[in-house]
Amino acid sequence: MSRRLRKVGIEAAAVLASAVLFWVPLYFVLVTAMKSAKEASDMSLKWPAKIQLWQNIKDVVAFRDHMLLRAFWNSSALTVLSLAAMVVVCSMAAFVMQRRKDKATPWISFFVLAGLIIPPAIVPTIWVLDEIHLFKTMTGLVLVEVALGFPFCVMLYRGFMAAIPRDIDEAAVVDGYGGYRLFFTIIFPLLKPVTATIIVTQAVAIFNDFTNPLYFFPGSKNVTVQLTLYNFTSQFISQWNLLFTDILLITIPPLVLFIFFNKKIVAGMTTGSVKG
Amino acid sequence: MTKVFKRIYTYKFLLPAAIVYIVIFIVPTVMSFFFSLTRWTLQDWDFIGLQNFRTFFEEPSLTIGFKNTLIYAAVTSSMKVVFGLLLGVFLTGKIRTKSYLRSVVFFPTLVSTIAVGIAFSMMMHPTMGLLNQALAQLGIEGPDWLGDTRIALLSVAFVDIWKGVGLATVIFIAGIMAIPEEYHEALQIDGGNAWNKFWNIIVPLSRPATNAVIILSFIGGLRSFDLIWSMTKGGPGFATDVIASIIYKQYQGGFYGLATAGNVILFLFVTAIVYPLSRYLTRTEVDL
Repeated sequence: MSRRLRKVGIEAAAVLASAVLFWVPLYFVLVTAMKSAKEASDMSLKWPAKIQLWQNIKDVVAFRDHMLLRAFWNSSALTVLSLAAMVVVCSMAAFVMQRRKDKATPWISFFVLAGLIIPPAIVPTIWVLDEIHLFKTMTGLVLVEVALGFPFCVMLYRGFMAAIPRDIDEAAVVDGYGGYRLFFTIIFPLLKPVTATIIVTQAVAIFNDFTNPLYFFPGSKNVTVQLTLYNFTSQFISQWNLLFTDILLITIPPLVLFIFFNKKIVAGMTTGSVKG
Repeated sequence: MTKVFKRIYTYKFLLPAAIVYIVIFIVPTVMSFFFSLTRWTLQDWDFIGLQNFRTFFEEPSLTIGFKNTLIYAAVTSSMKVVFGLLLGVFLTGKIRTKSYLRSVVFFPTLVSTIAVGIAFSMMMHPTMGLLNQALAQLGIEGPDWLGDTRIALLSVAFVDIWKGVGLATVIFIAGIMAIPEEYHEALQIDGGNAWNKFWNIIVPLSRPATNAVIILSFIGGLRSFDLIWSMTKGGPGFATDVIASIIYKQYQGGFYGLATAGNVILFLFVTAIVYPLSRYLTRTEVDL
C-alpha cells in the first residue's frame, strides 16, 4: 500500500513539475499577448485588466505595411515548395542508393551521410547562389533547404525502402515495367508512411528555420515569420505585448501539426536518430 | 547485378538530388578551404595564406569562441543524456499520466527557437523576470542570468536543454522499449530490485539510444547559433560568443574570408570531435 502511495506521490510531483516548467512559460506568452503595452512591460503572470488580444493581433499584422502577412506567405511558400521538391528528389535518390550495389554506392553513401555532420559553409554558399543568380530569391532558399535536408530524408527513405522486398521489382520487370514506371506507380506509393513522417517533421523544421533565411534570404521584402520575430525584437522594445502576439501567431502552425500528428513526428525523429 | 537491373536502378534517379546537393552543399564546402585563405569581397579575392586562422587564434574576442562552443556542447549534451534517460525511464513505467507527460515534454521541440529565446530572456530579466520574482518570494536574490558574464552561457545552455530534452526523451523511450522482455524476466527470477533494473539492464542496453542522443546533441551544440543569437547576441561582451555567432558577426562586418575561416574551423572542430566519439561509442556498444 505504502509503495503504491509513494508511486502516486512521485507521479503527482511529476505532473506538478511539468506544469511549472512547461505550462508557466506558455501561459506567460499567452497573457503577455493579451495585455496592453503598459501592462506587458511589468513582465508578470498577472491576468490582464482588459483582454485586448484581438487589438494586438490587428496591430501586429498591420505593422510595417503588413509585413507579417508577407512573412506568412513567404514561409508557407518556402515550406510547401521545399517539401514537394524534397520528397520527390530524395525518394528517387534513396531508391537507387538502397537498391543498387556497385563500386560507387559506398562512396555516394559516405558523401551523403557526411552532410549530417558537416556544418554548411555559409559565405561560400552565398557566393555560389550569387554566381547562379539565386541569392536573395525564394528559389535559392528552397534549394538550400532541399540540399541541407537531403541527407536526413535519404536516411529515412533508405531505412524504410530496405523493408520493401525486391521480389516486387523483379515481378514488375517481368511484366515489362521500366525504372520510372516501377518507381512512380509501385514503389513511391508504398513509401507513403515514411513520406508522411518526412513531411511533418520537415514542415516544422523549415517553418521554424531561422538561420538559413537570415543568411540566404535578406532584403526588406524577403521576410519569413522567424525573421519578423527577430526584427520585431529591436522595434518593439517597449511593446512586449505585440512581440508576444507575434510569437503566439507563429506558434500556431506547428502546434496544429503537433496536435494532429504527434505520433508521426515522434516516430520520424526517433527512427531517424537511432538507426543513423 | 544483372544488366536489366542496372538499367532499372539507373543513376538518373539520383541526378536531381545530386545536382542540388553538389552545387549547394559540396561545392561551397570544398571552396571554403580555399576562400578561408583569402581576403574576400565576393567579387574579388587576395590570397593571404593562413592570416585568417592566425587572427582567429590570436584575437581574444575570437578565441573565446572555441572555449564557449566546447562548454556549451558538453553541458547541453551531457544534461540531455541525464535528463532524457531519467525521463525516458519514468515515462516507460506504469504511470497514468504517461501520454500527457510525454506530449508536454516533447512540445518545446516544435516551437520556434527564436520564440523560445525571446520568451526566456524576458523571464530571466534580472529584476522583473519571473525567475527572479519567484526566487524573491523564497527570499533569494537571483543573479542576472543573462547579464553576468560568469553564468550567461550556462543560462542559455539551460534553455537549450529545456527545449531539447523532449527529443532526447523520445529517443530514450524508443531505446528502452526495444529492450527484449527476457531481460526483465531474468531480473525478476534473480530477484533484482528497481535499482538493478535501471543500472544493470536499462543503462547498458539502451546504449544505442544514449549514443544517438550524445552524437545528435553534441553536433547540435557545436553548431548552435539561433538560440544564443536570440538571447544574448554573444554578449555581454563576448561571454556567450560561440564559433557560429562569430561567423555571423564577421559576415555582417564584411570579413568574408575571416567568416569562412571560422566555418573551416567549425568543420574541423565538429569532425575532429564527432568522428572519434562516434567510433568509440559504437565500438563499446553491446549487442541485444
